[in-house]
Amino acid sequence: MPSYVDPSKCDGCKGGDKTACMYICPNDLMVLNVEEMKAYNQEPDACWECYSCVKICPQGAIFVRGYNDFVPMGGQVHPMRSSDSIMWTVKFRNGNMKRFKFPIRTTAEGAANAYLDGKGENLDDENLLLEGELPKPTMVA
Amino acid sequence: MALPNKPLGELPAVTNPEIVEHDVDVLIIGGGMAACGTAFEIMKWAPADLKITLVDKASMERSGAVAQGLSAINTYIGENKIENYVKMVRNDLMGVVREDLIYDLGRHVDESVKLFEEWGLPIWKKDADGNNLDGAKPAKTLREGGTPVRTGKWQIMINGESYKCIVAEPAKAALGEENCLERIFIVKLLLDKNVENQIAGAVGFSTRENKVHVFRCKTMLCACGGAVNIFRPRSTGEGKGRAWYPVWNAGSTYTMCAQVGATLTMMENRFTPARFKDGYGPVGAWFLLFKAKVQNGLGEFYANTDAVKEELEKFMPYGASPVTPTCLRNHLMINELKEGRGPIYMATDVALNAFVDAKRAEGMDEKEVKKFWKHLESEAWEDFLDMSVGQAGLWAGANIEPEKVGSEIMPTEPYMLGSHSGCCGIWTSGPEEDWVPNVEGKSRSHQYKWGYNRMTTVDGLFTAGDGVGASGHKFSSGSHAEGRIVAKMMVRYCRDHADFKPELSQTAQELADEIYAPVKLYHEHVGASTSSDVNPNYCKPAGIMMRLMKATDEYGGGVATYYMTSGKLLNICLDLLEMLREDAAKMAAGDLHELMRAWENYHRIWCVETHIRHIEFRKESRYPGFYYRSDFPTVDDENWKCFVNSTFDPKNQEWKCEKVECINIVETDPWV
Repeated sequence: MPSYVDPSKCDGCKGGDKTACMYICPNDLMVLNVEEMKAYNQEPDACWECYSCVKICPQGAIFVRGYNDFVPMGGQVHPMRSSDSIMWTVKFRNGNMKRFKFPIRTTAEGAANAYLDGKGENLDDENLLLEGELPKPTMVA
Repeated sequence: MALPNKPLGELPAVTNPEIVEHDVDVLIIGGGMAACGTAFEIMKWAPADLKITLVDKASMERSGAVAQGLSAINTYIGENKIENYVKMVRNDLMGVVREDLIYDLGRHVDESVKLFEEWGLPIWKKDADGNNLDGAKPAKTLREGGTPVRTGKWQIMINGESYKCIVAEPAKAALGEENCLERIFIVKLLLDKNVENQIAGAVGFSTRENKVHVFRCKTMLCACGGAVNIFRPRSTGEGKGRAWYPVWNAGSTYTMCAQVGATLTMMENRFTPARFKDGYGPVGAWFLLFKAKVQNGLGEFYANTDAVKEELEKFMPYGASPVTPTCLRNHLMINELKEGRGPIYMATDVALNAFVDAKRAEGMDEKEVKKFWKHLESEAWEDFLDMSVGQAGLWAGANIEPEKVGSEIMPTEPYMLGSHSGCCGIWTSGPEEDWVPNVEGKSRSHQYKWGYNRMTTVDGLFTAGDGVGASGHKFSSGSHAEGRIVAKMMVRYCRDHADFKPELSQTAQELADEIYAPVKLYHEHVGASTSSDVNPNYCKPAGIMMRLMKATDEYGGGVATYYMTSGKLLNICLDLLEMLREDAAKMAAGDLHELMRAWENYHRIWCVETHIRHIEFRKESRYPGFYYRSDFPTVDDENWKCFVNSTFDPKNQEWKCEKVECINIVETDPWV
């Protein structure tokens, strides 16, 4: 189910230092054609349909069309992702629609505690940060 | 294509890349769950002057196997005994596992899960009436004693679309953005010039600019996931990308570590998951949360028949477990398919309607039933939308509503991994504690501990997640925990080896020439043909990958033969791979993306070769349902209840395979 870019919506992230889809694609598929200032998927048969590009695109310009070797045409699954939830629209081939909304995060973006001041105690034991005494196996062979 | 030829993509590669050299103490290779665990934990132990750099082929926010998201965390010990976790893993992986590593993981994993929740990952909870609450509803946290929604004994449900983003954020914050280098693909590890068997650095290249990066380091984590696209997939067109495991995992962990002499273990193990056909959507929630059953083409729920019980009794003690090992579940399914009783269906309709019918039987009024159904339907779809959107797309395209019709399931092509229901990987030290077996008078490849937890047999080289062999079922949370274990060990290693000054035996220019060889070859010969992809002097990475997958599929027990192979076939496969390895030196790359594909293929070829070598060495069929040897078709505990470890000697370029004793730590009676 490779991703594709709607040219009427893509603005190439205005030639900024980061083209969002190119920045995020885990498989290095999304690239920017600088002359056209449009992004495209350069290797659709290596697309995992992880939707990372679809979710991150600030213009909502990226969609997914079902893999042509097994998905009948006409259906579409498309997300709208906000900072705390995601709304999915599932459109069936026969025109039926379903919508689902799920939470994705309970803290504000950037608020995850990295324990910047956290310090471990004894480098020579096996305990990690925040851990108490570690057990040893009891039901032994 | 019209003349003149030009490179495929948007970032043409040049023949004289810039070289950037880095001197660091600790190098973290990878950006997935394990590497993020390391990045978070290491700063808690490192002295202020320790230089630590993380290098990721992708962007940490969406790299690794959790990039898309997940709908469950499959390892959370919680109220269970860690010893029982060890027993479960041991039985699922047919008895041959490192119990020390599994137990150790079990005692660290929950802390990672509690951190995820604190960082913002929504974890489903049970309310006072036993109903499921999604992870955003007010409820006690796990740390406060909240009750997660268990599906199986070890799994908990999450709203995990942003799982990886949430885990990457504190990892990056802890290490510092400036110390996280993204879009650099490390392709080779480097040994020290002076100190025997000591890691000293790594080399890779940017996929964004023509730069080769050479790193010198004292210690290193190599955690780049498992291996995908190593066997011909069932979908060979666009759908080739819809691999079950992340399609960007190219076996880099195993290959790079093996090439510097790290001992590998259980590379014969593979994972051939049974998943929803084509879309490869997850089945775990369907089996465990929705209690769905599988039906053969005759409409029979075959899993509990007497014939099946009889079949399982051939594989004792493993077959007797209340939870049948994953490979044996596949074995039963494959038997149905081979007998012509396919296709196999997940009876989603029967399962969902049973819940609704039960509510009606309890006297729930129709309005409430409707509300209940909406919630149930939403849970069913979220499972796919969180982690395998393509499966939802296939249902949408095929007008499939799971409450009306079941969906086909099918065993996929084989994958290699060490963190899911598989256990191939690298042989590592367990914790230096008295309960870990002590093996006297033998080399590291027979020992269970040599000072630094999760260090490979190469000094200073650590691995985690899919990298650590003989210790499956860690999944996302366990991989993160393992990365945290390694973090502390690498700091300890640096302290203990403060005087070590890494030195490489090749110059940076020599390394750059080797990395960019496919680019040079391209530029040298591209004019010899009017098509840049068809040329008598070179081959393109895409073609080499197809050649690899054809060889493994037909001779190495892929889907073409229902996973059946033999000594004869395996040796043909090895011959084909030898020529393939030679020809891989003739891969050409016109742009940086293609250069990445070329190096991924080197990694794939090596990785599969170790897989085939191990299956050939092990004269039995340890994992029926994952692969079979026609010449040794049974599980032979008497002769083969042992590890197979292999080591490549980088000096004389030779492989050695050996049997290694498998020592039980947790009680074996009762077995499960």
